Amino acid sequence: MTAITQRHDFMLIFEVTNGNPNGDPDSGNMPRMDPETGHGLVSDVSLKRKIRNYVDLARTGEDGHHIYVQESSILNDQHRKAYRALRPDDPKVDKDAKLNPKSDDEAIKLRDWMCANFFDVRTFGAVMSTGVNCGQVKGPVQITFATSVEPIMPAEISITRMAATNEAERKQKAEGDDSDDRKENRTMGRKHIVPYGLYVAHGFISAKFAERTGFSDADLALLTEALSSMFEHDHSAARGHMSSRKLILFRHASALGNAPAHKLFDIVKIGRSVDGEFRAIDARLDNLPPARKFGDYSVKIDHDALPAGVDLIEVL
Amino acid sequence: MTYGVRLKVWGDYGLFTRPELKVERLTYDVMTPSAARGVLEAVHWKPAIRWVIDAIHVLAPIRHQSIRRNEVGHKAPAGSLKRAMNRGDLEGLGIVADLDRQQRASTVLVRPAYLIEAHFDMTEKAGLEDNAGKHLDIFNRRAQKGQCFHQPCLGTREFAAHFEGLALDAPLPPAISETRDLGLMLWDIDHAQTSRPSMFFRAKLEQGVMQVPAPGSAGVLR
Repeated sequence: MTAITQRHDFMLIFEVTNGNPNGDPDSGNMPRMDPETGHGLVSDVSLKRKIRNYVDLARTGEDGHHIYVQESSILNDQHRKAYRALRPDDPKVDKDAKLNPKSDDEAIKLRDWMCANFFDVRTFGAVMSTGVNCGQVKGPVQITFATSVEPIMPAEISITRMAATNEAERKQKAEGDDSDDRKENRTMGRKHIVPYGLYVAHGFISAKFAERTGFSDADLALLTEALSSMFEHDHSAARGHMSSRKLILFRHASALGNAPAHKLFDIVKIGRSVDGEFRAIDARLDNLPPARKFGDYSVKIDHDALPAGVDLIEVL
Repeated sequence: MTYGVRLKVWGDYGLFTRPELKVERLTYDVMTPSAARGVLEAVHWKPAIRWVIDAIHVLAPIRHQSIRRNEVGHKAPAGSLKRAMNRGDLEGLGIVADLDRQQRASTVLVRPAYLIEAHFDMTEKAGLEDNAGKHLDIFNRRAQKGQCFHQPCLGTREFAAHFEGLALDAPLPPAISETRDLGLMLWDIDHAQTSRPSMFFRAKLEQGVMQVPAPGSAGVLR
């Protein structure tokens, strides 16, 4: 596979409705927020996790599309075990445990092999302790924190469960006997949701790093596919309704790029839609009811401001 | 003979990890010279040149925020990679992120902005076709057009840096009016030695400008 030869930058606009896009372990799994501005955040690693999961799901077991950093149980491994059982004449695991590759040459071979087999190593890179040069693979794809377009206002929802976790908990409840029978086994929990939030993530794809890991056009297509539909396969009780709303890809004519990334991102303006009219986001909007659907926002792309040598592709 | 460049960089967050506090990362208050070098190298670098940071101007107030993330605890072990490669199958090679979880906090800088003043020296790897003018032109052209080898970052890759080249005769953007001692700061890592020792310097902010000692000068502490 030949590597991509053009630099790309992208903007992913996604929404969450009545869900928690990314919990903050520091504040009891509340949605992440910028404490100064009140804008919601989704960490880069959270988005990468979803891309990995999507690729794992969409390309299960396909050559060159394995996922190195996996989540929970690895079904693939089980499949491969079965496969191996069918072909017992394969060479056995060699026992000599060499800890480090002997030379730079071998480190490069290892690195290339990992890139060829694992989509996430080829895309995001990985740190491999090869001992020689730390064997760092810098992936071509870099994603930043996603921020919400407007401040978010998370809501805390108390929920109940009509069962106890264990016998002890049930006994405890029974001893404080003034409750009615129906409530006997009840435990309470909490959920944090963002009623509605529109988030924007920026990403960068370096053609020069792609050369090193072999990130190809097909990989790019798979990446955009993953970005467009990764939320569709990540539904859970916590997430609520999340979906990618817009994916805008800036394709530079050259490998090094033809315009600064921040100028390209400025071409896409996100404002509120007020009576069908675009309104830039500022304090005057505070008089309006909060946004609760994608239709309350308006995404405007100023095609005329596009610098020469950059193509704007609306993938979604 | 040296030639100077000026590059303005800014972003939403920055994380210039202190080497003594890197499990739960704590950022330096100001971009380190080695991070600044990394930014310049992301725009243009060749083995024929070596970037030297002269000064870093702090253009935005120094503010912090804490972010905790789920991270993976281990690097990929080369030994098992090698075995898997020889064996020709991938069984048991993946990292199960859920079983190797570490929650780590990072204290990061909020909306940092800097002006990097730097120049480059030619190295012994410079060939006949390398002259300083050529590299200076390439850098300035790329910096003005927004071209880069890869998008530079403010310390770690999730915190992308936006950049803009500034002509040497252009007026300087105002730095914050703050003078304070920043203590010992990482100057750079000596990659020439196999043990890769860190080098430090006494960092001081004077009216928002941090002067960086020249390589080999008494200001660089080992």
